[in-house]
Amino acid sequence: MFHWLEKRPFLFSVGVFLVIAFAGLIEIVPDFAQASRPVTGKKPYTVLQIAGRQVYIKDSCNACHSQLIRPFKSETDRYGPYSVSGEYAYDRPFLWGSKRTGPDLHRVGEYRTTDWHENHMWEPTSVVPGSIMPSYKHMFHQNADLETAFAEALTVKKVFNVPYDKPGMPKVGNSKSDFEAAKKEALEEAKKITADMKNQDVKDAVNRGEIPEIVALIAYMNSLH
Amino acid sequence: MQNAALEYDYSVAKWFTYLAIIFGIVGMVVGTYIAFELAFPELNNLFGQYGTFSRLRPIHTNVVAFGFTLSGTFATFYYVAQRVLKVSIAESKTVHGIAKLHFWLYLVLAAWMVVSELMGYTTSKEYAEMEWPLDVLTVVVWVLWGIAMFGLIGMRREKTLYISMWYYIATFLGVAMLYLFNNMEVPTYFVTGMGDWMHSVSMYAGTNDALVQWWYGHNAVAFVFTVPIIAIIYYYLPKESGQPVFSYKLSLLSFWGLMFVYLWAGSHHLIYSTVPDWMQTMGSIFSIVLILPSWGSAINMLLTMKGEWNQLKESPLIKFMVLASTFYMLSTLEGPIQSIKSVNALAHFTDWIPGHVHDGTLGWVAFMIIAATLHMAPRFYKREIYSKKLMEMQFWIQTTGIVLYFSSMWIAGITQGMMWRAVDQYGNLAYSFIDTVTVLHPYYTIRATGGLLFVIGLFMWAYNFVKTMQSDRVLEKEPAFASPMGA
Repeated sequence: MFHWLEKRPFLFSVGVFLVIAFAGLIEIVPDFAQASRPVTGKKPYTVLQIAGRQVYIKDSCNACHSQLIRPFKSETDRYGPYSVSGEYAYDRPFLWGSKRTGPDLHRVGEYRTTDWHENHMWEPTSVVPGSIMPSYKHMFHQNADLETAFAEALTVKKVFNVPYDKPGMPKVGNSKSDFEAAKKEALEEAKKITADMKNQDVKDAVNRGEIPEIVALIAYMNSLH
Repeated sequence: MQNAALEYDYSVAKWFTYLAIIFGIVGMVVGTYIAFELAFPELNNLFGQYGTFSRLRPIHTNVVAFGFTLSGTFATFYYVAQRVLKVSIAESKTVHGIAKLHFWLYLVLAAWMVVSELMGYTTSKEYAEMEWPLDVLTVVVWVLWGIAMFGLIGMRREKTLYISMWYYIATFLGVAMLYLFNNMEVPTYFVTGMGDWMHSVSMYAGTNDALVQWWYGHNAVAFVFTVPIIAIIYYYLPKESGQPVFSYKLSLLSFWGLMFVYLWAGSHHLIYSTVPDWMQTMGSIFSIVLILPSWGSAINMLLTMKGEWNQLKESPLIKFMVLASTFYMLSTLEGPIQSIKSVNALAHFTDWIPGHVHDGTLGWVAFMIIAATLHMAPRFYKREIYSKKLMEMQFWIQTTGIVLYFSSMWIAGITQGMMWRAVDQYGNLAYSFIDTVTVLHPYYTIRATGGLLFVIGLFMWAYNFVKTMQSDRVLEKEPAFASPMGA
């Protein structure tokens, strides 16, 4: 049989494809709908938080930090309650990471504050002596891309029915023309963060109507509970 | 059936070989640099935002996987396929043209990948970091390869497909399937008409995204770092040693076994995560079963050397290949061990994982590609390999590098895992996180040194290759088996 197959490249390829496609179907498909449900009370990210999440991704924070607390006492003691599936329902992409060169961040919003992040991102060793994390000073003078964050929020609302603009949920609007309103809201949110920051350049930028990457990133970090 | 020797056309194979050398050096220089950053963090800020570990890490992984390894795969494919199918690619202008287009578009893609990732365009999904426009180009490049492959197969004179061809076909199909499904994403610009046109969001969210990603991520390892490399060893080891493949039946068992089992094992990346328990268990069990087909190929290759072990002493090329299949055995035993739930609880998120990856990629993938290119050099240029001694030195320097790499990462990973869970007499955590970082400094230094040794070896490889091209020791005719090499 195999000799026969090895003379027939087309059937051989079909055979290989069937054999390799099998596992994905069985492992991924059955649980798909179940795993998409959010836990009660879960809110999608605000536009500012999405901008921060995009900064997190741009600088590959996920290369060294996980966002997945495993169900062991040593992990729940260190990082808080273990992670459950529905908490990630609005995470596109997921950011579990695969390596903890630094600590887990899934609930970092519970125990770190805005000013701590400000100091840490400017110079990690100032708050964690011995830290090997790079400093991310460029985030203090480079602006976040709020338009793209807004585009992402609008996209997931339209394409995946993420419940923006529902009662008690963050607002995004329905089209391009709602961007100015969303930007205004993001700036309000940003001002609450800069109130706890000391870097004057960052404060000035927000007052001018800009959003430095660091502000968006801290908004995202603070949202991780 | 013709009996006259065919004149094979090696142009595309040569180009891809040059790329393999260039990307090998670029990818591993970056890798070594970021390894030193972990030991000496000041290095992170030498190039502003473009030099941090986090920004460079995707470039390292993508350049070695999709630059170096795929170039090596394509180079060997355009060499091996002609020979085992008994057809010259120059016989068809169309197929030859497609192959050349495949090369040039691939080069554009690779360059674009490096630049865009350096600028911070990434989807964050490991080994699928490229944003959507690059994904589209990837599909085009891949389809071109497929057309060239099946074009050559369609023209073949030898009707039966040799084992290497099975694996090249599987590489083509496997990567196509995995890549398409994992990179399903919605470009935000097209939905909203605003923002960055390069940006997209994943079709899947949270746990589902993780599941699809690791079904992909694990099997990208399968179909980029394993399957095409087995294709390579099945051709080059028997050819260089002049020995027939030990067992056809073992080849069959390991091929079909590998195809069936590998895809199940992806969920071992998600043990103790939020995916359902039964999936984690499936991943764990199938990872153990995976030892069988993996060792099947490796043992088949080692037994091919039966009665000819003296060649191991005489030829550095045989050394590279035999050690490669040995590293393949080590790596495919280590992986399943890490997939056992209780071991995974300790090993996951630690440096033991990159340690495991690197004994496979350096010891198995890189060694096989290096050996294959040096086997091809005398056939490409009708010249003796420039220096045997240099190759010997390269072999020992790189082997030392790999051993330093994985042994330091074993220690680092297990130390870290043990410290994270250590408790004092009252049951409180014994160490703060930073304690588990600073303790790793010596191991990070050793690892980076290991990487540096490996990179030094790569430069020796490149030098030897270039010198071979220019050598005046011209060969009358193509060597049948063992590659001739100067002192």
